[in-house]
Amino acid sequence: MEFMTELGIALAKVIFLFSAIMGMAALLTWQERKQSAVMQDRIGANRADIFGFRAIGLFQVAADGIKMFFKQDFVPRDADRVVFTLAPMVALFFALMAFAAVPFGGVYQFGDYTVSLQIFDTNAGLLLVFAMMSLGIYGVVLGGYASSNNYATLGGLRGASQMISYEITMGATVVGILMIYGTLELQQIVSMQGELLFGWIPLWGVLLQPLGCVLFLTAAMAETKRVPFDIPEGESEIVGYFIEYSGMRFGMYFFTDFIETILAGALTATLFFGGWQVPWLYSDGFHFPWGWELALPAAAVMALQVGAFLTKTFLIYSFLLFVRWTLPRFRWDQLIRLGWTIMLPLSLINIVVTGLVLLLI
Amino acid sequence: MALKVQNKELTFLEKLYILEVIKGLWITISHFFRNITLHILHLFGLAKNIPAAVTYQYPEESHPLPSRLRTLHRLTKREDGSPRCVACMMCETICPADCIYIIAGEHPDPQIEKYPTRFDIDVGRCIFCGYCVEACPEDAIRMDTGILDFTSYTRADMVHSMGDSALPRRGGGSYG
Repeated sequence: MEFMTELGIALAKVIFLFSAIMGMAALLTWQERKQSAVMQDRIGANRADIFGFRAIGLFQVAADGIKMFFKQDFVPRDADRVVFTLAPMVALFFALMAFAAVPFGGVYQFGDYTVSLQIFDTNAGLLLVFAMMSLGIYGVVLGGYASSNNYATLGGLRGASQMISYEITMGATVVGILMIYGTLELQQIVSMQGELLFGWIPLWGVLLQPLGCVLFLTAAMAETKRVPFDIPEGESEIVGYFIEYSGMRFGMYFFTDFIETILAGALTATLFFGGWQVPWLYSDGFHFPWGWELALPAAAVMALQVGAFLTKTFLIYSFLLFVRWTLPRFRWDQLIRLGWTIMLPLSLINIVVTGLVLLLI
Repeated sequence: MALKVQNKELTFLEKLYILEVIKGLWITISHFFRNITLHILHLFGLAKNIPAAVTYQYPEESHPLPSRLRTLHRLTKREDGSPRCVACMMCETICPADCIYIIAGEHPDPQIEKYPTRFDIDVGRCIFCGYCVEACPEDAIRMDTGILDFTSYTRADMVHSMGDSALPRRGGGSYG
């Protein structure tokens, strides 16, 4: 009985987060088209309709999905069939796995059970996320290699070198956060961000690590392989690693990008914007710094905190979309130079400065 | 002679890149919020005269056409409704795409002499150069219908002929 309940809780968490991510990713395809359209004084996709209802283009998501399922499932003659099939799954799998350690809510008491809203509560949480994100490279490289297409292979290689360059910056940036909070457990990092500075400013990571936040966002953008860092793909002119992919196999790569964008948003929210923390909301309700108090039932607190996490994630990836539709693509040498000669030294300086400040305080 | 490319030297602030990114983001984000506000206002029927997008929703609303644009042909008529065309073959002769085909017949009025018993234009071949309009001595053919969508599924359907009152085939000003 005990075991079944535990299992039920774990499954409920997995299903909730998985459906939230998939739903967000599907909506993100729509949001990307619409947001870019509005930014560029256009209307955006609005033609897909059901019985004449267009629902501001939302049916386009369904139309795209259906189209992808019914497209020809093409495998090049010389391709390595097994790896070719496996590669997009690898990419998608690791992108989704990275969410396992991201806490989407706090720790709550349900009767006898203490539920931590995090799928895999481990003391190596941040390491797990980074491991999964780095393993995602294999999807790109294998996909490029197995297509037996020179352009795809080159795209995969570009992807590998780009992601390795930026992985290092990303890791080095987070060291600052680790030094401040002294833990790899994401749940703990988030709960420590609930403290208040001068009794009223929520002490989010971005206040302690502003440079780290900017660097992390940039590196995360590079990790998601999207404009301005979309050199592995180069949808419009240089062909990328998924040139030979069609149908839902391509769809998986396509989705991976969006899921990684959401992951970038979720991670930035977790590390730098207080994760599920709502300012001045504690487990028994709001305690405003100007003295007001508002008692809330535990369920409402939970809903607010999960909602806060999803909202923060949404706001951050919306910002990433703004950046994506503003900047032109980097040239290959500019990209690598930016990674190794600017971002990496800056992140190292960030570590040194953080260390000095911690020593002095 | 080789062209010397003049690369503009970037200032220090431009080299930092961050400031320029923020400037660019400011432009796009301000466009976004301006347009999204207008879109929401339009939903409530407000500020309809300020467009939120510069695009035309094509099948429903078309781009305003310049008045001199050459569009689908039309044959003009005399006051009694008969064709102005006197079957002089000028347009057929000058047509570089060879898309006009005329068969002349004898007109009962000796002042007019000839009229076309058949006048076909293969709009699938037409290159819309407007030479036929220029060549016509009788102002019998014009290209001012404003019709741009005259697609069809077969080549045969692209031949618009006078006999079946299909010149132009769609829209206003049909020729009898």
